[in-house]
Amino acid sequence: MTTVLPDAPTEVIAPATQAGRRTELPAQAPASDAPETRRALTGVRFSDLMRLVGAAAASFALTWWIFSQLLPLQGVLGFIVTCFALFVIIFGVLVSLDESGPTVKDRVISVFVHGIGVLMLLALSSVVVFTIVRGWDSLFHGNFWIMDMSATGPLDGLDSGGILYAIIGTLIMIGIALAISVPLGILTAVFLSEVPGRYAKFVRTVVEAMTALPSIVAGLFIYASVVLILGFERSGFAASLAMTVMMLPIIIRSADVVLRLVPGNLKEASLALGASQWRTVWNVTLPTARSGLTTAVILGTARGIGETSPVLLTAGTTTFFNVNPFSGPMVSLPLATFNFVKSPEPTMIARGFGTAVVLMLLVIVLFALARVIGGRGAGVLSPRQLRKRRLESVNDLERITRGERAEADQPTVQQASVDAVAQAAAVAAAERLVARSRRGRRRKDDSE
Amino acid sequence: MIDPVQTETQPEPEPLMPPQTPDFPRALAANTGLSDKIFRGVARTGGTIVLLIMLLVGVFLLYNGYQAISVAGFGFLTTQAWEPNNGDFGIAAVLSGTFFIALTAIAIAVPLALGTALYINEYAPRGIKRALISVVDLMAAIPSVVYGLWGLFFLQPLILPFSQWLATYLGWIPILSAPNFDPSDPLASPTLFTSSTFIAGIVVALMVAPIASSIMREVFSQTPLGEREGALALGATRWGVIRTVVIPFSQGGIIGGTMLGLGRALGETIAVYLIISPVFIIQPHILEKGANSISALIALRYNEASALEISALMAAGLALFLVTLAVNFGASTIIARSRSGASSEG
Repeated sequence: MTTVLPDAPTEVIAPATQAGRRTELPAQAPASDAPETRRALTGVRFSDLMRLVGAAAASFALTWWIFSQLLPLQGVLGFIVTCFALFVIIFGVLVSLDESGPTVKDRVISVFVHGIGVLMLLALSSVVVFTIVRGWDSLFHGNFWIMDMSATGPLDGLDSGGILYAIIGTLIMIGIALAISVPLGILTAVFLSEVPGRYAKFVRTVVEAMTALPSIVAGLFIYASVVLILGFERSGFAASLAMTVMMLPIIIRSADVVLRLVPGNLKEASLALGASQWRTVWNVTLPTARSGLTTAVILGTARGIGETSPVLLTAGTTTFFNVNPFSGPMVSLPLATFNFVKSPEPTMIARGFGTAVVLMLLVIVLFALARVIGGRGAGVLSPRQLRKRRLESVNDLERITRGERAEADQPTVQQASVDAVAQAAAVAAAERLVARSRRGRRRKDDSE
Repeated sequence: MIDPVQTETQPEPEPLMPPQTPDFPRALAANTGLSDKIFRGVARTGGTIVLLIMLLVGVFLLYNGYQAISVAGFGFLTTQAWEPNNGDFGIAAVLSGTFFIALTAIAIAVPLALGTALYINEYAPRGIKRALISVVDLMAAIPSVVYGLWGLFFLQPLILPFSQWLATYLGWIPILSAPNFDPSDPLASPTLFTSSTFIAGIVVALMVAPIASSIMREVFSQTPLGEREGALALGATRWGVIRTVVIPFSQGGIIGGTMLGLGRALGETIAVYLIISPVFIIQPHILEKGANSISALIALRYNEASALEISALMAAGLALFLVTLAVNFGASTIIARSRSGASSEG
C-alpha cells in the first residue's frame, strides 16, 4: 500500500507529460450529410419570448383578480405598478424553472431595466402628449395666434383673445438677453481659454458657481436692484436682464468647453506662420468651434425662454400688446401660461395649455436646430461647406502658382522685392489654408 | 544599487565642453504686438464684466440679506413662521420643506435615471439609441411650467388613490404616515393628500431625471471596451458586465449626476409653486397636504412692499444659493476626481 502511493502520481502525470505538447481534442461528432444550419446570433430566444408573453398574461390576470375581487384597491397607477411588480416576479419564477442562478438574475434585471426605461419614456411622453391634448382646442382658433387678451373677460370662450402679445414679448425679451449675453459670453469664454492664468481660473470658478444660481434668485436680484433701488418700472428690459444673468453662466460654460476642444496643433500652425494671437482666435479658433458655439447659444436660449420665475418677478403682468421693452409691463410665454392656469375658469386653463404647447414647440424647434448644427464636432464641415472650402483652396493654389510664374518671368528686376511679395502671398495663402481647408479633413474623433 | 556599480566600472566621460556658468531659464515673454495687447485687454475686460455681474449677485444677496439676518439673529435658522413685519421670521420651515421636496424627488429620480441610462446604453437596440438620447436630452430642456401643468392637472388626480394606499398600508413608516388620515373612516376624503410634498417631489423628479440620466449615460458610454470584453470573455452575463465593470467605472458619474440633479431640484420654483399649498411649519409627513420651499416662498411673497420683507426674502434666497452652491461644488469635485471624470465635463 505504502509503495503504491508514491508511484500512483507518477503514473498519472506520465501520460500527461508525454502528451503535454499535444492538444486534447474532444471527440468530433461524425460529419452528417445534412446541410449546415445557420446559427441564430440574435439574443432573443423563442423560450424567452414565450416566458415574457406568459408572464405578461399571468400578471395582468392576477392583478385584475386582485383589484376586482381580493383587495379594495383602485386607481390606474396602482394597477400598473402592481402589474409590473407581479410581471417581474412571475417572469423570474418562469426563468428559474430551467435556468441557472446567474442567468435568472440577468434575465430578471434585464426585464426590470427595460421596464424602468419604458416607464420613464412613457412618463416623459405623457407630459408632452397631455399638454398637447389639453391645448388642442385653443390652438385651432385663428384669434389665438393674432390677438391679445385685453378685450377678453375671464368667462369669454376660446374664440376671443389670443397670445400674440406673449409671443412678441418672449421674442423681444430673448432678443435683448441674447444681444447682451452672446457677445459678453463668447468674449468671456475666449478670455478663459485663450488668456490663461490665475485670474482666468478665478473667473472660471465664479462662473461655474453661478450656473448653480437658482433662477428665482436671479429674478429677485434684478427685482431688488433694478426695480426697487434704481427705480425702473417692471418692464421687458428688466426681465431680459434677469434672463441674461441666468443665461450668461450657461453660455460661458458650454462655450468654454467647446473652445477648449479646438485642436492645439491648428492654433500652433497659425501662430507658427506668424499670425498674431488675435488673428489666430479670429481666423482659426472661433471658426473651428462655430457649430459648438452655436449649440451653446441655442441651448442657453432654450433655457432662458422656458424660465418663468425671473420673468414673474421682473416683467409685471399685462393683457395688452406692448412692444416697448423699456416702459410698461411685458409678458412672456411661460409667464402667460402661469397666469392663465392660476385662473379657475376652464377656458383660461385651456388657453394656458395652448400657450404651453406654443412654448414647447419653440423649445423643440430650438433644440432640433442645436442638434442639426451641433451634431458635428469642432471643425467637421457639412458637405456644402466642404465644397466651398475645396473651391477656395483650388483658387489659392492657382494664385500661388501664378505668383511663381511671375517670379520666373522677371528674374532680374528687383529680385528682392518680388521675393518678398511672393513670400507674403504664400504666407497669406498658407495661413488661410491652415485656417480653412485643413480642418475640413479633421475627423470628429480627433477633436473629441 | 545599480548606479554606484556603473560609476565604479565606467568612470564618467570627460565633459566635451568646459563647465560653464549655471543655466538660467530663458525669459519666454513673447513680443506681442499692439493688436494682441488690445485683444487681451478686451478679453480681460469682458471676463471682468462677467465676474462683476456674478459677484454683484452674490454680494447683493449678502448685503441685503444681512439686514434681515441681523434683525432675526440666530432665530433666522430656527423660526418656522414667516412674518417679517413682526420681526418673527425664519427659514426653518421653508428650508426643511425645500429639502423634503428635493429628497423625495431624488429618491424617485435616481432609480429612474439610472435605469434609463442603463437601458439606453446597454440594452436599447442600436437603431433607436440615438433617438432615445435625443428624447432624454430634449426633455431636460422642456420648460418647468409645462411639468407643473402636467403635475397639477394630470398627475394629481391619478396619484391620490396611490397616496391613500401608501398612507393606509405603509403608514407605519414615519415619513409615510398621515396623522390626519384615519384609514378606518370610509368617508375619509382623498383631498387630504392633494398639494403634498410627495406630488411636488414626483413632478420635480421627472424634471431632474433627464438631466441626471444624461450625465450617467455619458459616463456609462465611456467604459473601456477592453474591460467589458474581458468580463464577457470570463463568462459574465450582461448584468455581470454591468455590475463588475460599468457601475464601478461610473461610480463618480452616478454620484455626480445625482448631486447635480439635487441642485436643480433644490432651486425649482414654478412647478413646485403650482402644486403645493404653502404651510409655515416643518411638515415631515410628505403625503399630507401642505408643503413649502424657499423658491416658492420668494415667488409668493416678492410683491410685498416693506424693505425688510424684501431683505428677508434675499436672506432666504442667499440660504438657497449657498445650499445649491455646496451641492454643485460637491458634484463637480466628485465627477472630476472619479476615474471616469477625467474627460467628462459635469
